[in-house]
Amino acid sequence: MPSGERIGLRGRVGAALGAVAGALAALPMRLLDGPMQACQRLIGAGRMPYVFLVPNFVVFGLFVFLPIAINIVFSVTGGPALFPSERPYVGAGQYAYLFDCGSYLDPNSCREDHFWRGVANTAKFVLFQVSAMVLFSLVTALVLNMKIRGRGFFRAVYFFPVLLSPVVVALIWKWILQRDGLLNAAITTLGGQKVLFFIDPSWAMFWAVFVSVWAHMGFYTLILLAGLQAIPADLYEAAEMDATPRWRVFRRITLPLLWPNMIVVIVLALIKGVQTFDEVFVLTGGGPGTATLMVVQYIYETAFANQVQNFGLAAAASVVLGLVLFLLTLAQLALARRKES
Amino acid sequence: MAELRLVGARKSFGPVDVLHGIDLAVQDGEFVVFVGPSGCGKSTLLRVIAGLETVTEGEVYIDGQRVTDRPASERDLAMVFQSYALYPHMSVRKNMAFALENMGLKSAEIDARVTRAATMLRLTDYLERRPKALSGGQRQRVAIGRAIVRDPKIFLFDEPLSNLDAELRVATRKELAALHAEIGGTMIYVTHDQVEAMTLADRIVVLRAGRIEQVGSPLELYNSPCNTFVAGFIGSPRMNLLPATVTGDDGTLRLNLAGRAIAVERPAAGLAPGKPVTLGIRPEHIVMAKADADLTLTVDLVEHLGGETFVYASAPGLPQITLRQDGQARLARGEVIGIRFDPPHLHFFDEAGATLARP
Amino acid sequence: MASLSLGRLSLARLSLARLAGQRRGGRGAPLHWTDIAAYAYLALGVLLMFGPVAWLVLSSFKTQSALLEFPPSFLPFAQQEVSVPGQPQPLPLFRVTLPDGSVRELAQVRRIGIMAQMVDPKDPALEFSIPIDKREPVRKVAFAVENYTEPLAQFAFLRFLGNSVFVTVVATLITLLINSMAAYALAIYEFKGKGAAMLAVIGTLMIPITIILVPVYLVVTELGLVNSLWAVILPGAATPTGVFLLRQYMLTLPRDLIEAGRMDKASEWQIYWRIVMPLTLPALSVLAIFSVMWRWNEFLWPLAVLTKTEVYTLQIGLNAFQGELQTQWHYLLAMTVVTLIPVTLVFVFLQRLITTGIGSTGMK
Repeated sequence: MPSGERIGLRGRVGAALGAVAGALAALPMRLLDGPMQACQRLIGAGRMPYVFLVPNFVVFGLFVFLPIAINIVFSVTGGPALFPSERPYVGAGQYAYLFDCGSYLDPNSCREDHFWRGVANTAKFVLFQVSAMVLFSLVTALVLNMKIRGRGFFRAVYFFPVLLSPVVVALIWKWILQRDGLLNAAITTLGGQKVLFFIDPSWAMFWAVFVSVWAHMGFYTLILLAGLQAIPADLYEAAEMDATPRWRVFRRITLPLLWPNMIVVIVLALIKGVQTFDEVFVLTGGGPGTATLMVVQYIYETAFANQVQNFGLAAAASVVLGLVLFLLTLAQLALARRKES
Repeated sequence: MAELRLVGARKSFGPVDVLHGIDLAVQDGEFVVFVGPSGCGKSTLLRVIAGLETVTEGEVYIDGQRVTDRPASERDLAMVFQSYALYPHMSVRKNMAFALENMGLKSAEIDARVTRAATMLRLTDYLERRPKALSGGQRQRVAIGRAIVRDPKIFLFDEPLSNLDAELRVATRKELAALHAEIGGTMIYVTHDQVEAMTLADRIVVLRAGRIEQVGSPLELYNSPCNTFVAGFIGSPRMNLLPATVTGDDGTLRLNLAGRAIAVERPAAGLAPGKPVTLGIRPEHIVMAKADADLTLTVDLVEHLGGETFVYASAPGLPQITLRQDGQARLARGEVIGIRFDPPHLHFFDEAGATLARP
Repeated sequence: MASLSLGRLSLARLSLARLAGQRRGGRGAPLHWTDIAAYAYLALGVLLMFGPVAWLVLSSFKTQSALLEFPPSFLPFAQQEVSVPGQPQPLPLFRVTLPDGSVRELAQVRRIGIMAQMVDPKDPALEFSIPIDKREPVRKVAFAVENYTEPLAQFAFLRFLGNSVFVTVVATLITLLINSMAAYALAIYEFKGKGAAMLAVIGTLMIPITIILVPVYLVVTELGLVNSLWAVILPGAATPTGVFLLRQYMLTLPRDLIEAGRMDKASEWQIYWRIVMPLTLPALSVLAIFSVMWRWNEFLWPLAVLTKTEVYTLQIGLNAFQGELQTQWHYLLAMTVVTLIPVTLVFVFLQRLITTGIGSTGMK
């Protein structure tokens, strides 16, 4: 625990830094005083909020609203051209191509089998990842909420990987899991055989899920921990007065009161899981073969990395992905609203 | 310093009318207090004057200039907020200098003004402190100082004393009065506390439900309230308002007060017998009478304040009556007393509550 | 990209007090078996969460040859070398079991087949011919700092670092500025179209960059920004998360302060930067930290839009390296460590602020 003196020092350093930053920030702001005053005189104070909104909405407009529109145009046009007006209209052709399947359960029967492999892999990944994520973050949050020493330290430990970049996370584990890596060393020391984790499709998927849970678990743990700490202590004290067994306290008090946070965790993990790309991409490259190819990687490769860049197909796939995310977000909003009411 | 004129100022928030056409003129250097119960529109009226709200209809003139459409920042008024609204991230000095910087004054001039105001308000030792490190009274003085340094056309005060404890409130009230005497600016002051209104105002504006009920000096309002609302609002404890029925009006007004007959010498006002009126009498104008009593009452409660005594007493069919006695009245609960009304101090109100014209 | 839970944001209050109010355990209470299980779980957690990072750091200091060893050693070791008179280069030192059973430290001159020709460093005239299975390298703990210094010189690593710093700093400054402006408008004013603007912000919350990768690429191309760092900075500069976070905080500021500012003849712009901004500092610093983390770690979008080596950010450069340097783990590991240093520093100093920020806003 930091002593009071250290906090004081850090506080003073922080204040000094803040003062410097403030002075630096004030400079451009002050330069804008004149023009903004003129602007206010011109249009009136009542219209100033529009001026304040302009920069943000220019960015939103250029990089979100416009792209949404273009995306839809892309998905109904074909050809290799990037500029929408040069692309021939193909109607629902891209979607038809994407959904041309003998059976949706068998990617091999689809014309665009990579997309469906991506869908199947993502579904599998999300199923395992979300269940493992909820389980482990719940257990960790419960443990961290107990009256234990060094709680702040342990919370920091579990949270640390959240800050690491996906590339770093993937490289750390790639190094451990490689043929002559730490894990294989441990296995051979215990008398086992070296395992080539990234050659075996099942192992590759397992480690993709494992690494993803490892990296993001701390985030969900914090959300659950916040929920646990919001449960009034007197409820537990009342239960203690009634000599309620621990598991019963957990089932009858903790779990129901934590449920709103659990829903947040589940839906957020779902939304994030569906978009999984970077860690898995760096860890396995989607391999072996297409065993860990995710939908987002499919979109990225279809649009940018493949020899023939197929923007139309990638756009159609991302519209489909967008719809799924939209539904998940709606579910989250609905659940959040129910929680508030 | 400036004069202010409101012409037919109306303000509505959506379908709710908050101000129904206010006409008011405030003279240069005058201290005017807006008083009324909460929700009467007094704060809205102040904000309309400040320019923080725009009127829905009507005009605002300052020094004869129409400022109706001008935003607050261009009206050159200063305001002391109920919450003081001191900028928490600025020192006392910066708080007072902020407006002066915005006015584009030279830093020497700013320093001089801040120092002058700080001396006047005994804040010199606190200039480098943040508001958080000040007591309530000091914050209040900073808020006033922030207005003074501006040398504004009009000072606006929005219930500035309501966050202070009782003792400090009385002290600050006196300081405000002294301040007005010293700098002599036009001041408009909003409060729900009639004592503040009485003690501070040159003129009081009594508001109710978005309308002006009466405008006048404190004693005018006290002595001749124009209706039961003003009569009840001004003066503490409240004026006793007793329902009565006219039995005759022929130079002597004869009333039936809960079965008791009361006669007051008064020029005829043409009141038909049977007409209900309200009789108003302030607690200090009721005299105890051993004989010849207008009413007999039973004492409910006696409040001894040392210098004076308030007696709450009742009679069947009448609301509780408050009496104020000088000194320490020896009375006890349940005692029966006789009272007499002091005829020159009786007020009469008609059915609608308006004062019956005093001939 | 940013994401958050709306449900939690409505509760967002950035109070550090929550952390201070933790319940502390009774010291004398007997240990329940769940307590013991909890400590075991936590110990395992420390191993599993910190272990891999520690292993990475340790490994990054190993020489190339030490990295190829199997099973790997725990600490970075390097074979000791000695200068022997008469030999042009330092020679590797071995502990040798001589045919007579005695053990001596000898330097290896050369190896022929299964025999090694060796000399005694103290007496260079004395030569031995030893079967290679009779010798063992003499090793000491040594940190291969060249893993760090060489890539700095050899590759464009410094440039990647510079690019990443530029993107992170500039993007965070822009994000803070324009998001706080929008939040100010949406928190302080009532104006026509406010509802629509709020809806638009909520709408963008649902659109991660993964969905609109292709058209954003088109927009960036049309703006002539491909292979420019601005292409990475601008699209994510307006974050709905940031706008929400700041707006929520600004809503808690007393309205009187704004009006006092107006009475004090401040323009709306001055009220924004002289009154509202300083008072929003707690929320601004949370957003700044998150923005730094997002930008430093951003991967997919830069990967799509940056194709020239000279504009690579650290993450993209690292990814490219792991393709190119498949056999050169020693460089890759060292650069990975460099990449994680800034976030680790941020974490060490601002851990509480970050965890509270996440706990109360559900933002990541």
